[in-house]
Amino acid sequence: MKRQSIDKGVHSLFLAIALFSIIFLSLIMLFLFKEGIPIFDFITVKDFLFGQYWYPTDDPADFGIFPLILGSIYVTIVSGLIAIPLGVMTAVYLAEIATPRVAEIVKPIVELMASMPSVIIGFFGMVVVAPFLQQVFNIPVGLNMFNASLMLAFMAIPTICSLCEDAIFSVPTALKEASFALGATHLETIVKVVIPASLSGICTAVILGLSRAIGETMVVLMAAGGAAMIPMSIFDPVRPLPASIAAEMAEAPFRSEHYHALFAIGIVLFVFTFLFNILADYISYRFRQTGEASL
Amino acid sequence: MKNRRKTVQKIWFLLLRLAALLNGAALLLIVYFILSRGFTAISWEFLTKAPENSMTEGGILPCIAGTIGLCLVTIMAALPIGIASAIYLNEYSGKGKIVRIIRLGINNLAGVPSIVFGLFGLAFFCIVLDMGVSLAAGGLTLAIMTLPVIIGASEEALKTVPDTYREASLAMGATQWQTIRKIVLPAAFPGILTGSILGISRAAGETAPIMYTGAVFFTPNLPDSIFDEVMALPYHIYVLATAGTNIEATRHLQYGTALVLIVLVFGMNLTAIILRSKMRKKLRI
Amino acid sequence: MGHNIKMHTKGLDFFYGDFQALENISIEFIENRVTALIGPSGCGKSTYLRCLNRMNDLIPGIRVNGLAMLEQEDIYESSVDVVSLRRRVGMVFQKPNPFPKTIFENIAYGLRVNGLKDKAKITTIVEKSLKQAAIWDEVKERLNESALGLSGGQQQRLCIARALAVDPEVLLMDEPASALDPIATQKIEELISFLSSQLTIIIVTHNMQQAARVSDKTAFFYMGKLIEMNDTDTLFTRPELKQTEDYITGRFG
Repeated sequence: MKRQSIDKGVHSLFLAIALFSIIFLSLIMLFLFKEGIPIFDFITVKDFLFGQYWYPTDDPADFGIFPLILGSIYVTIVSGLIAIPLGVMTAVYLAEIATPRVAEIVKPIVELMASMPSVIIGFFGMVVVAPFLQQVFNIPVGLNMFNASLMLAFMAIPTICSLCEDAIFSVPTALKEASFALGATHLETIVKVVIPASLSGICTAVILGLSRAIGETMVVLMAAGGAAMIPMSIFDPVRPLPASIAAEMAEAPFRSEHYHALFAIGIVLFVFTFLFNILADYISYRFRQTGEASL
Repeated sequence: MKNRRKTVQKIWFLLLRLAALLNGAALLLIVYFILSRGFTAISWEFLTKAPENSMTEGGILPCIAGTIGLCLVTIMAALPIGIASAIYLNEYSGKGKIVRIIRLGINNLAGVPSIVFGLFGLAFFCIVLDMGVSLAAGGLTLAIMTLPVIIGASEEALKTVPDTYREASLAMGATQWQTIRKIVLPAAFPGILTGSILGISRAAGETAPIMYTGAVFFTPNLPDSIFDEVMALPYHIYVLATAGTNIEATRHLQYGTALVLIVLVFGMNLTAIILRSKMRKKLRI
Repeated sequence: MGHNIKMHTKGLDFFYGDFQALENISIEFIENRVTALIGPSGCGKSTYLRCLNRMNDLIPGIRVNGLAMLEQEDIYESSVDVVSLRRRVGMVFQKPNPFPKTIFENIAYGLRVNGLKDKAKITTIVEKSLKQAAIWDEVKERLNESALGLSGGQQQRLCIARALAVDPEVLLMDEPASALDPIATQKIEELISFLSSQLTIIIVTHNMQQAARVSDKTAFFYMGKLIEMNDTDTLFTRPELKQTEDYITGRFG
């Protein structure tokens, strides 16, 4: 009977270990709130979120993160404008057009893009893209919203592309054959059958890709210019949320107002990405493909 | 009419091809720049010496050692937890509520921004658990970040083990744990290995989670305890490029460090990709 | 005393979710005899077989009603330990499924998981089982080679040897020869006849000649019901029901 009871023990042990992920997630939330909430003794939630000025070391300090939020949203939107078409198009190419041999080369390239350390992408933005932009567009600083968005797009493309490809690939062949049999061209089949059938997967991919862009730190820290003001042009420097945390944590005294404010920014960032993920989860769960019949 | 449709299709397919090409070109461009400019910086001294003269000369040995140390801590923490979680999800659990909650947890953990992991590591490992800025704190922070990758990859690998193996073992009076340990895990091992390499390579390249938990600006010593603070390759690049004493004059060191980091990360990735494609070919036979 | 009932089911129902796959199956299996279960695909014979060692437990959403007894023990009783049940009721699958291990380790596996550590003893039993399964002469020189290098027929006999190693009282065989060529099939059938003096065998097959050749009793299943059961000779020569006759004479199925 002994090994049978070992079996039961192992089962419970594995369940306990599997719970670690959820425990860590809860701990992350707990600590963000524990260290972030105290800032609201000094400033209202409204002033924190919508205040125009971020001067955390001034006396008296200003803790308005509105410019930072806008910075994050702008770079995410601009990078999305680049990454969504490129990512989705590459995925369509891989899943529908490329020969298996070509796909076998392109897929590892996409994977290598995904594995490129963010600090190197940020570094590339600083030392190569910035001078280039400065010259071509004749602007005072090359470290700006556009530069950061380009670099973020590079990071979001592999996420969008590989998830999209999975979604497109899982469209039942029977559907495509039906379309071909009616005399549709390959392109018409892709546009009218394949993409609609995999739309929920594509949406999930886009959301997760953008979620990666909004949470990315090193790129925006190095290539976005770092000015905590509301940008007027695409070539203005910005200071997205993650950049603020990363840049200022070193100089914020332990458990000072500034320290708590940075954790509160962490909460905002966490909530953003959390909502993105819940949305992606909901879409893929609610509209998941269950075969031909689900259309 | 028929011709027009064909032309439209041709144009679109060309665009799609161009999109795919553009990605490759972007990757090549970055790699080319780092490679061509970093290549000259690489020398035996660069790889085996500590930084000198306020980090404007010398090598990056402490950074290499630190990054390897962080990866080791990450592996030791994330691998057992990740594999065990995957085993639970794939081998034991049904489709109950608890599994849905666990999966939601994993998905959301995967989406947490890297800097938030850094904040958490700082507040939890460094301060509450009193590890300070150390290999242990940095490695554990990276481990939590890597966990979803390893769970995903391990689950994928477990799924490729044919059910007939499980049935044959159970039919002989083996318990489920015996079946997993002696049949399922050995068969899934190569897949788990490649997935883990991918996860660790991600940890090796991350900067934000270790900025305030494990890595420091400068320390000439190699770590000899997991409670030592370390230098790390990605953080070193950031520091030299943004806060060094003489940013322009140390460009070659920055490129050199970036090259070493890329070689390390891509090396791990390519190993995993090649291992995987070999495995797939084997499975097809 | 040659007619002990080794296993029997009484009024056994089986459901996958809402779908009833088996209805009111009552069969008695005589000790050290071969019983064949025949019927067209999807008639429930394999499902029934898998009820006898609770292999179906692995599928979520299943439900079993009625009685299934191994000697005096109700195998669906909650106190029953599935693991030791499966040791007593062994199984051979349709497709040969050796583990990706050496030939020796394939056989030794069942012994080790059941707690045997004595090396000499393991070696003895491995040899004995391989001989029992009539494959010893073919593999004795290469016990340390991978089992995946054997031919399909050899793999299947290895799987039988593997099942025999843990000394089961009943052996369930789910179309054990359907994936094999005629010569390998013949070897398996000879093996079944040889083994039937030592243990109770229940074999599912869609090959009626095979059932006629190897079994003492035959049960005919159709649409989840047991239609007719009798001595094999009787069933194949003088079936009582028209349905059975139609099937064995090839008029449907």
